[in-house]
Amino acid sequence: MAARLARIRWGTAPAAARRGPLVSCRRWAGASSDTVYDVVVSGGGLVGAAMACALGYDIHFCDKKILLLEAGPKKVLGKLPETYSNRVSSISPGSATLLSSFGAWDHICNMRYRAFRRMQVWDACSEALIMFDKDNLDDMGCIVENNVIMHALTKQLEAVSDRVTVLYKSKAVSYTWPYPFSMADSSPWVHITLGDGSILQTKLLIGADGHNSGVRQAAGIQNVSWNYDQSAVVATLHLSEATENNVAWQRFLPSGPIALLPLSDTLSSLVWSTSHEHAAELVSMDEEKFVDAVNSAFWSDANHTDFIDSAGSMLQYAVAFLKPTKISARQLPPSVARVDARSRILFPLGLGHAAEYVRPRLALIGDAAHRVHPLAGQGANMGFGDISSLLHHLRTAAFNGKDLGSMSHLTAYETDRQRHNTALLAATDLLKRLYSTSATPLVLLRTWGLQATNAVSPLKEQIMAFASK
Amino acid sequence: MLNVLLCRAFCLQLERWSCILRSSEDNLKNLQPLLGGAYSKNQLSWTLQIKPSVFSEYRIMCFKSYSMTFACLNRMKSYRLPWTRLYSTSRTTVDSSEVKTFLALAHRWWDEQGVYAPLHSMNDLRVPFIRDNLLKTVADHQPGKPLSGMKILDVGCGGGLLTEPLGRLGASVIGIDPVDENIKTAQHHKSFDPVLDKRIEYRACSLEKIVEETAETFDAVVASEVVEHVLDLEMFIQCCCQVLKPGGSLFITTINKTQLSYALGIVFSEQIAGIVPKGTHTWEKFVSPEKLESILESNGLSVQTVAGMLYNPFSGYWRWSENTSLNYAAHALKSSMQKHPAPAEFALKEETEELRIETSTNSGVHEALKK
Repeated sequence: MAARLARIRWGTAPAAARRGPLVSCRRWAGASSDTVYDVVVSGGGLVGAAMACALGYDIHFCDKKILLLEAGPKKVLGKLPETYSNRVSSISPGSATLLSSFGAWDHICNMRYRAFRRMQVWDACSEALIMFDKDNLDDMGCIVENNVIMHALTKQLEAVSDRVTVLYKSKAVSYTWPYPFSMADSSPWVHITLGDGSILQTKLLIGADGHNSGVRQAAGIQNVSWNYDQSAVVATLHLSEATENNVAWQRFLPSGPIALLPLSDTLSSLVWSTSHEHAAELVSMDEEKFVDAVNSAFWSDANHTDFIDSAGSMLQYAVAFLKPTKISARQLPPSVARVDARSRILFPLGLGHAAEYVRPRLALIGDAAHRVHPLAGQGANMGFGDISSLLHHLRTAAFNGKDLGSMSHLTAYETDRQRHNTALLAATDLLKRLYSTSATPLVLLRTWGLQATNAVSPLKEQIMAFASK
Repeated sequence: MLNVLLCRAFCLQLERWSCILRSSEDNLKNLQPLLGGAYSKNQLSWTLQIKPSVFSEYRIMCFKSYSMTFACLNRMKSYRLPWTRLYSTSRTTVDSSEVKTFLALAHRWWDEQGVYAPLHSMNDLRVPFIRDNLLKTVADHQPGKPLSGMKILDVGCGGGLLTEPLGRLGASVIGIDPVDENIKTAQHHKSFDPVLDKRIEYRACSLEKIVEETAETFDAVVASEVVEHVLDLEMFIQCCCQVLKPGGSLFITTINKTQLSYALGIVFSEQIAGIVPKGTHTWEKFVSPEKLESILESNGLSVQTVAGMLYNPFSGYWRWSENTSLNYAAHALKSSMQKHPAPAEFALKEETEELRIETSTNSGVHEALKK
């Protein structure tokens, strides 16, 4: 405890002592003698820690002062636990490239991750399915436990502790924003007041504090958001028999999508989005009943209707006639034998999008800027994409000697990312809505749509390219 | 559209125009005819001086309308002093109203969206231009601060818009400007940044004043948007050359003296719009790259690059261009061998200079004929 306090105070205690006698002369007189950080990242989750790492390892920032603020304790895994964590993320090749650019991917490789080569998505109300796979044996992505990624990032942050200061168990309680441009004798920097009363100054604040972002609220940035009438149930599942297990499965049930993501030859991770009541029921029911529910969700044909089935097969014949080459055959998902004890939890789902990602001396990344439904497995990847883009713009700015908090390059970051993120948010929201119904016209529309998309390979490749950024 | 373009171009010049106005209280009465709008050539002595508070109001007023802008700016320019005369007067002590003025000006300099926006965005071109040309001269550099170890003089630094980026790149920079208020603004702005505070030094003085103490001190001298306000360009370049180390770089950005800048700056505002009395233009003080080159070469500086810069008033960004007919940037190197040009050599250079000017005017005539 004493050590923790000492760590928290180390940067600020001498500064505060120095500031004392000057305060009476001028309001921000302390500013010139205190440490002014170049970048402060608020929030040390996956995205925030990766941002701090990326800055710490970039040569253009080796002369800069970077600080990471994390409300929680330091998270390192002493020894890799036997049981898999139930919180996993799908990591696209683009995100893996970012993680390897500062060495975190090596740690992940040394621990554990599971690559998947194919993705099969199908409808519970018809025979329609879409199969994404790569002709060459490249991975489409990886499933990695969040605590493994966190461990890798923490290790890498330790290695650059001379460049990146990390304050664990420190929470910002308030932020003071500068005037739009330097006026009178007010400080041009962002001032962050921590829980222990100490004040930090920074030229650029990066808000990575999740979908209830305190930074975003303090800045008064509008956030478009709504809660879905769904909760996600996650669990670690044991398969009936060991398989190659390199396919990510997802089936759209009228109540919400259910996904089975590979963890190992015998283990898969479940993400089941369904109504709040059903989710609560799933979490509390006994293990055997739960396993039956999962198996029937993947296998049941109860939602099929003859009309849709025949309409679907008509289009299938038409496609086969026009394009006699093989269409990837339907594969059957593995059946589940049992669920890991105590691995079932649920959390509510929602969509959110910040109207602005940037303000003078402020940038939002990750869930602070956008919250997405897990059905596309893009939540973490969007955050890592934000990091790549922001890093690119900040690197150029640093090499041009610019003020890192200047709007000119922050706006460029915002434009880049909003273009990508809004498209993805809109697409996942549309999919979620389209598949949340069993009304015949919509089912017919989505059946034909999915079959047509599956038949047009260039379109599929576009979708895959977009999702693997 | 031309009007807008013209106005932005002139806003740009304001940064340096402030250099020509001196602060003093007792000459306030000299300002009366200026504000009244009556124009008389011999009404003012050559040492027009304006109280800063009045000046700032005057400048704010300038931006109320385009026509006012041209009228005011052109008159202001006509009262410009020779560079060498600027520094002879003594300064008054700072009073509280002056401090207020400086604070009012301070936010104008550093407002990225304000009247100096074009100068802020010009940094996207001029900083890499200076950085890359300086990095050519060194074997390797620290990526975090590529210009560390270099000494740079920023002549006519204004509020420090270019001084700070150079400091951030690791260089130790001295920024000089003859106007106290500019230096105060610059000083105030950098004081918040402990790193820049150490690397940058500002002085309210003329180039001539520091020539002696800083002879052959600097790896680079930067005169951005300055030379078009200097009457004695020869002397200015000589001074720049003297403070440069052998092998040092001189960077200049300025406005060309072309038909286009004449059409936009002179014909339109004087003849067509009729907002400026005839004969008040200062287009003569614009410098063509050919003339600048000849002056540079005659002072022992070899010109490396001349590149055109174009400003897009709609996007607010600058870009490099082949076309140097409006704005351009130049980079010249002082020869590494120390030599003082012998008289014979000097005469020869003057001859070639004349030739150059002749050819340039000839080519100008040809171009006019083609059109």
